[in-house]
Amino acid sequence: MLQKVFDGEIEYLQVLDENGKVDAALFPNDLDDNKIIEMYKYMCLARAFDAKMLSLQRQGRVITYAPLIGEEATQIGAALAMRKDDYLVPNFRQHGVFIARGFPIENFFIAGRGYEDGLKAPPGTNSLAVAVPVGSQMPHSVGLAYALKYKKKDAAVVAFVGDGGTSEGDFYEATNFSGELKVPLVMIIENNQWAISVPRSKQSIAKTLAQKAFAAGIRGLQVDGNDVIAVYKAVSEGIKSLATDGPILIECITYRMSIHTTADDPTKYRDQKDVDAWKPKDPILRVKTYLSAKGLWNDELEKQMTEEQAKKINDSVAEAEAFKGDPKSMFDNLYSFVPDILKDEENEAVDANFWQ
Amino acid sequence: MQMNMVSALNNALDLAMQENEDVVLLGEDVGEDGGVFRVTDGLIKKYGENRVIDTPLAESGIIGTAIGMALGGLHPVPEIQFAGFMYLGYSQLINHAARYRERTRSGLSVPMVVRTPVGGGIRALEHHSESPEVLYSYGGGLIVVEPSNPYDAKGLMMKALHLKDPVIFLEPTKLYRLFKQDVPEESYEVDIGKANIIRAGEDLTIITYGTMVPIVNDVVSQKHVDAEIIDLRTINPLDEKTILDSVKKTGKAMIVHEASLSFGVGAEIAARISEKALYELDAPIIRVASLDLPYPFPAYENYYMPNAKKVGAAIDRLLTM
Ligand SMILES: Cc1ncc(C[n+]2csc(CCOP(=O)(O)OP(=O)(O)O)c2C)c(N)n1
Ligand SMILES: [Mg+2]
Repeated sequence: MLQKVFDGEIEYLQVLDENGKVDAALFPNDLDDNKIIEMYKYMCLARAFDAKMLSLQRQGRVITYAPLIGEEATQIGAALAMRKDDYLVPNFRQHGVFIARGFPIENFFIAGRGYEDGLKAPPGTNSLAVAVPVGSQMPHSVGLAYALKYKKKDAAVVAFVGDGGTSEGDFYEATNFSGELKVPLVMIIENNQWAISVPRSKQSIAKTLAQKAFAAGIRGLQVDGNDVIAVYKAVSEGIKSLATDGPILIECITYRMSIHTTADDPTKYRDQKDVDAWKPKDPILRVKTYLSAKGLWNDELEKQMTEEQAKKINDSVAEAEAFKGDPKSMFDNLYSFVPDILKDEENEAVDANFWQ
Repeated sequence: MQMNMVSALNNALDLAMQENEDVVLLGEDVGEDGGVFRVTDGLIKKYGENRVIDTPLAESGIIGTAIGMALGGLHPVPEIQFAGFMYLGYSQLINHAARYRERTRSGLSVPMVVRTPVGGGIRALEHHSESPEVLYSYGGGLIVVEPSNPYDAKGLMMKALHLKDPVIFLEPTKLYRLFKQDVPEESYEVDIGKANIIRAGEDLTIITYGTMVPIVNDVVSQKHVDAEIIDLRTINPLDEKTILDSVKKTGKAMIVHEASLSFGVGAEIAARISEKALYELDAPIIRVASLDLPYPFPAYENYYMPNAKKVGAAIDRLLTM
């Protein structure tokens, strides 16, 4: 006897195409012109921030950095779909999501200077810390969502993982747990086609990453990750339907336009032609085309925005460079109390000026 | 030929793959990219995708698959991109690699060499600077080596690939390209389980390994003290004899490592010296190590790790005791 156990189809959602044309039937009805202008500005801010981090890194003023250029629509679309009380669980490339959720930009520069203090989120930012071990954040997102549900909060968790991250056991375990515990969780795969030098095609022979949801019994869909409106729509509708339909896995198809990190050299493993093919699909360009055609954007507004954002970023750098850390904070923050044996070690280190 | 540690290791892997077709490499980015530190550079071109495998991103999968390959008669060399990510494969290492031979009374064994960069001082992101050697040494079943120079790196790698055991091969990132050495182009072995006296001396014994070797060496030469320096090279099994012989001669022992102080390799060595040579010592045993904290973000890494000043002060203290 054969029984049908799942529906093997994956929806692919695109609302705003590469030419800036909108599919009116799919256009989310809670989006107005102002919201789209806001999306555009945040995407530009994320890209400007990215450029600043890269230049600071080249000057030796911040440590290794993982740029997000090309992935702005996935990050900003999701960030603006989140409600104030929702929680963000990032991997390590989601600076754009943080920025659009009001996380202070100077914190990234402080962390970039090598201080843990940059990872301390101001209250109300509702985010976990950057997770460097790929995929390790995914089970946390399940637990966090469980806690929100347990405490009867009207809030959801939005978690990010890369295409590479979907190969980790933690990812599979988290998707499975999420369905079983029926938690309010939206999992976003920021599929930028690369995990350092390993292309998406070598990560799995599965046709889509979204279909990994099926094995866990949860919902899965694909979205044009360079279409900020489609990402916004998928994530906001996903959040709204969590209580009735359970967790959801959304694969955003985008492209890593730059290096993996500042320690990487992609000329070793990828063809510039592959990168060039994605240039016309730029997530920012198509929104600009759309807004300009509607008469909502022009060079004057662009110039004004660029100047404002440059100032905001430069002020944040200045603030971060004025930050002074205290090495004693290493001891004070390890536990909720300082054990005697650690206090002795601290005193010894302080007396020796940490051997500097 | 003049080689740095990266080229010495690359050369060792190349020779081992030439001499034994069961040697296969697997890991994240080990193919076209040649590994993020280029240790496997060019090997995919030479040996093909069947022998140099770019795996999906999953450390438990990499190590578990390598164990299966070894049980099936291959001699895999899994690379874990940074030691901080090897914990994902820890269960496979401790529950299987370390026990297979024992549990089957040598019926099945796991010949493999797990390579991973260790250690800090490189201004890296979180989890890229760990020194986890004690975690693999504890409990038995895994051989743990950590070279401090290109010559030893190549010889230990060749030796590891000639053993029928699971070897955890820790490569100090900071030393990868720090200096070059004359390294023979042909195959040779450096003994596993044998420490190296890199400087003979009479007044004190300094036992160290990995990233701390060049620092200890520099401090000793600058201070003109007559120290005997032992580079462990193998952490498990420990070369107890070389340590005890030296300590009995000098009467003073100091252990220097980059890993944290408490419950570390230094504790094991100090315990053995006190059990077996206490009456031949004329001063307490001193350990110099990192603070008992997780490896910090880069701003304070130089506050966290032992440096020349800290090592120098410890030598002064020991010599005046
Ligand atoms: C558990 C773990 N293994 C390896 C690494 C090293 N590493 C950092 S990023 C990366 C690739 C991640 O690819 P993906 O998940 O697609 O995210 P992306 O970098 O493309 O945003 C690797 C292998 C890591 N950080 N964590
Ligand atoms: Mg990726």
